[in-house]
Amino acid sequence: MSALAVTDLSFRYGRKEALKRVSFRVEPGEFCALLGPNGAGKSTLFALLTRLFVARQGRIAVMGQDLQAHPRAALAQMGVVFQQMTLDLDLSVARNLAYFGALQGLSPREARARADEVLDRLDMAERAGEKARALNGGHRRRLEIARALMHRPRLLLLDEPTVGLDARSRAAITAHVHGLAREEGIAVLWATHLVDEVGASDTALILHRGEILQRGQAGQIAPGGGLAQHFLTLTEDLAA
Amino acid sequence: MTPYLRALTAILTREALRFVTQRERFLAALVRPLVWLLVFAAGFRAALGLSITPPYQTYITYEVYIVPGLVAMILLFNAMQSALSLVYDREMGSMRLLLTAPLPRWWILFCKLLAGVLVSVLQAYAFLAIAYAFGIRLPPMGYLWVLPAMIVAGLMLGAMGLFLASTIRQLENFAGVMNFVIFPVFFLSTALYPLWRMAESSTLLRDICAANPFTHAVELIRFALYERMNLEALGWVGLTFALFMALALWGFDPARGMLTRKAR
Repeated sequence: MSALAVTDLSFRYGRKEALKRVSFRVEPGEFCALLGPNGAGKSTLFALLTRLFVARQGRIAVMGQDLQAHPRAALAQMGVVFQQMTLDLDLSVARNLAYFGALQGLSPREARARADEVLDRLDMAERAGEKARALNGGHRRRLEIARALMHRPRLLLLDEPTVGLDARSRAAITAHVHGLAREEGIAVLWATHLVDEVGASDTALILHRGEILQRGQAGQIAPGGGLAQHFLTLTEDLAA
Repeated sequence: MTPYLRALTAILTREALRFVTQRERFLAALVRPLVWLLVFAAGFRAALGLSITPPYQTYITYEVYIVPGLVAMILLFNAMQSALSLVYDREMGSMRLLLTAPLPRWWILFCKLLAGVLVSVLQAYAFLAIAYAFGIRLPPMGYLWVLPAMIVAGLMLGAMGLFLASTIRQLENFAGVMNFVIFPVFFLSTALYPLWRMAESSTLLRDICAANPFTHAVELIRFALYERMNLEALGWVGLTFALFMALALWGFDPARGMLTRKAR
């Protein structure tokens, strides 16, 4: 069963078509990088996947659960890290996790135990008592990822999670999320326009002007590690 | 505990924690009604005579008259403040997080609403305590009676704010809307003057005030403070709550509402 199955998904803002019959799948343990320049439709796709918008055409299924017909069952399988930071800066790291755990239906005891696990997984155990405001950008992002893992989702959606971070923090976060896919079998959909974050064995999904241009293993799409050039050529050719 | 109650507890706790940590917000919310009570009312005391009208059984001073209106004012400003923070949360993204929780959207919005009311009620009681210290004496049991009245009125005003928040796309627009809503709603009500006083100057003004749901919220609180139930006011407040809650749910519906309109 695919962790995420998107079939013939279309969406319009008034007369402007933002997504055109988009179809793709993400399997358990797969790290799928959704690449696209600004305005490609990535944020719209994320809004649809997280049910902030509802698609009038097409279908989205998370672990076999139709998002339209069974939204709560589908959302329960999904962890989300939005592009904009969504932490409560006045709360501590532990309280941020407890709050989200409760929203996901975890009891306080379950939430505490799970918070310890995820903080440990993301090398943040010693920061549990710190206020979120005191964390640097990289650690805030890690906290958001930890929070998205609280309810043991099978699918992790990250919308440009490394924007604005320094190179070291970007590398650390990318490595952590790759580890989650590899070691825990979590399916990852990682939206980005930073092509250097995509490894050769990752799946690359290139979205441009609301259409999927290409899907495949990054190393095969652009042999020799020239994914950045390939991506630019592909999107520029169409723009011309 | 069910997932519904866990979410409610979490949202209420979070709001209470924010309330405790944001002392400036608490003080600012109290300054407004206190200025009205201690400055405005003192000045009007001599100019405005009040006859005996229910729920009062004797002549009262103007300060006593406006206390229920000022309690409702706290609820109104807090409701708009909550709505503003909702628009801010939506722009900043934290509302998105809440809306992706595996819970029905109506429940999430209701929890947010109740959390706002909780803060309002705490502020209203702080105001009543200060008013008491300045000699405004109300029937002792009225302080208890007023609790459900404040909750119901707070829910109505919160639902109104929620609906407004669902229709506003950008934070900058909200300040204008707040002024456009708060001041007419407050001044065209019985918060500052009784209806018969309004009728003396204009029957149209009286009719507008009588139709204003905020008037009913004020009267519900006024009667409750004197250990009396105003069923008519309760009915209107309940109906208005249901109407605005339905509109807010429509506004936040991902299939139809404002969320699907792209901010430009």
